Amino acid sequence: MAILVNRESRVICQGITGRNGTFHSIACRDYGANMVGGVTPGKKGAFVDGIPVFNTVEEAVLETGANVSLIFIPAAHAKDPILEAVDAGIKVIVCITEGIPPLDTASALYTVKQKGGVLIGPNTPGIISPTEKCKVGIMPGYIHTPGPVGVISRSGTLTYEVVDQLTKAGMGQSTCLGLGGDPVVGLSFVDCLKMFKDDPKTEAVVLIGEIGGSAEEQASEYIKKEFCKPVVAYVAGKLAPPGKRMGHAGAIISGGAGTAQGKIEALTKAGVTVVENLTKVGQTVRDILL
Amino acid sequence: MNLHEFQSKSILMEKGVSVPRGLVVYDALEALVAARSLKADKIVLKAQAHSGGRGKAGGIAVMSIDDDVRSEAGRILKMNLVTNQTGPQGKPVSALLVEEAPQIDEELYLGVVLDRNDGHVTVMASPAGGMDIETIAKEAPEKIYLVKVNPLRGLCPFQSRGLAYKLASKNLIANQIAKAVTALYEIFVSYDCTLAEINPLVVSGEKVLALDAKINLDDHALFRRPEMAGLRDRSQEDPVELSARQAGLSYIKLDGDIGCMVNGAGLAMATLDLISIHGGAPANFLDVGGGASEQVVADAMNILLDDIRVKVVFINIFGGILRCDVLARGVIRAIKERGLQLPVIARIEGTNIELGRKLFADSGLQIEMIPSLDEAAELVVVKAKELSAS
Repeated sequence: MAILVNRESRVICQGITGRNGTFHSIACRDYGANMVGGVTPGKKGAFVDGIPVFNTVEEAVLETGANVSLIFIPAAHAKDPILEAVDAGIKVIVCITEGIPPLDTASALYTVKQKGGVLIGPNTPGIISPTEKCKVGIMPGYIHTPGPVGVISRSGTLTYEVVDQLTKAGMGQSTCLGLGGDPVVGLSFVDCLKMFKDDPKTEAVVLIGEIGGSAEEQASEYIKKEFCKPVVAYVAGKLAPPGKRMGHAGAIISGGAGTAQGKIEALTKAGVTVVENLTKVGQTVRDILL
Repeated sequence: MNLHEFQSKSILMEKGVSVPRGLVVYDALEALVAARSLKADKIVLKAQAHSGGRGKAGGIAVMSIDDDVRSEAGRILKMNLVTNQTGPQGKPVSALLVEEAPQIDEELYLGVVLDRNDGHVTVMASPAGGMDIETIAKEAPEKIYLVKVNPLRGLCPFQSRGLAYKLASKNLIANQIAKAVTALYEIFVSYDCTLAEINPLVVSGEKVLALDAKINLDDHALFRRPEMAGLRDRSQEDPVELSARQAGLSYIKLDGDIGCMVNGAGLAMATLDLISIHGGAPANFLDVGGGASEQVVADAMNILLDDIRVKVVFINIFGGILRCDVLARGVIRAIKERGLQLPVIARIEGTNIELGRKLFADSGLQIEMIPSLDEAAELVVVKAKELSAS
């Protein structure tokens, strides 16, 4: 088991004939994901390293039974493919694109939620379930290994750093996913914790937060009340000056809210083991689980 | 991208919101002429700079036309405005807004934001205007009224009216407030704002006026409004941050002496934290991005080496899409072009790491490669301290 994507997932890539779409579709398939097709309007009948290309998502779903989509479409045009995927019945939409205007994301997300779908991202490295050999994203697959730890993060490379530590500490992962670095994203820490709670293969969760917003505070409330598995957390951005966007559009302290210190306090109060030194996350998880 | 008050007010006026009569000027004599032309008993001189708290910092003056408007205007125009939002370096005053100072009967608050928790555009209104919304939220949260806007319906007239009637009982006033609410929402959506705010919106006799306004645009949506590019005021931005952005880098200046180059925003923030845990102080946040090219890496390296405050350079890369060999080529190229006076410590991991290490080794450059991130950060701090002691 894992959350959201697994061995049975049938994945398509929207934007498969672009440079990133091609590279990562093949890398996901190499990792073990079931890449059943791709979509680029006007390219029907073509193949990308054996993966069939369709004109529309609707067609791709009809022909292949796809239920997961990986989106690589430039930011200015990314709202449409999200809506296209959800209208065609895709349930899990992974949007890698960075820099989508937040109002576009917000309006697409409203429809995705109405139709009972899940949007991962935007501005996410994607999702990977090592136990299920399924990768839908741009993360380097080789650093992952199957095991009992769930990882939820707001950042890309920071997640790789932590996953690498976990793997080297002998702590494999059930599912790792990036929520995305934008102000408005499809999933929250709480949404993911709920799924990890019901996943018998996940024994502990690593939560990687950063400044901005209140997703970590909300996670703290939820963990205190309903989450029994051990949680280890790291929150980035203690030195971030207020009012500056720290690389991610969503990483900003505004009006004194969203500081790392506030988040660390909330998580600590909820019983979460908060690690201050990033390089100790792997070892901390090992100490708790073994 | 932030707009000045006078730019925000001109957008509000286009949408039918009333603002006090006023003129924008750039020198003291112009200010005097403008003040006289307004033929008002009282006038106000307002420094135009991208910051709140201008009044407390001495950037706003209320005067009578018989006062020495010219020298007061000159004083404000020459100011470097240091407020609680600008940091110690302050912001230059780009222009002066000379306005009539209207009678103020009530001060109200109107604001529109995108609520990141639920993805809904949210209109906020309060009768406790004049102070910032965070203060109202802390001191009198019951005085904030919210409307969450359904993205498919948009803001409906009944919702604007509903907010207006919470702030005013007289029809004449409520109608004007409702109009301002609708206008502010339409501006927020059509200009892709991160914030659209009128604070305070004042009741002045039978009129409702936007006394101060702040409109901030989302950089990611500027492509939809190419005509807005002309409103960007570069003097309000840090020149290094600006040139970094043009090179495709995300750079924020900090106070320390350790120059940092990292890939990915989260890892870059975490690297700063780690330096601080070991007792050091980073000079900057610098994210070269997930898929940086050799050129972008070289540009990043040059920004660090140009910074005279930097004593040690710390490179921390976890290569995913960014391959370690590309990183190494960019770093080596930048250093070879200008020579190296500073110690460079690198911790590199991830895709094509072997090739990256080999390139560094073959380059003959004095770059210390430390595989452990924690040890690398520690060493960087030790080196920086040695150099500042000597």
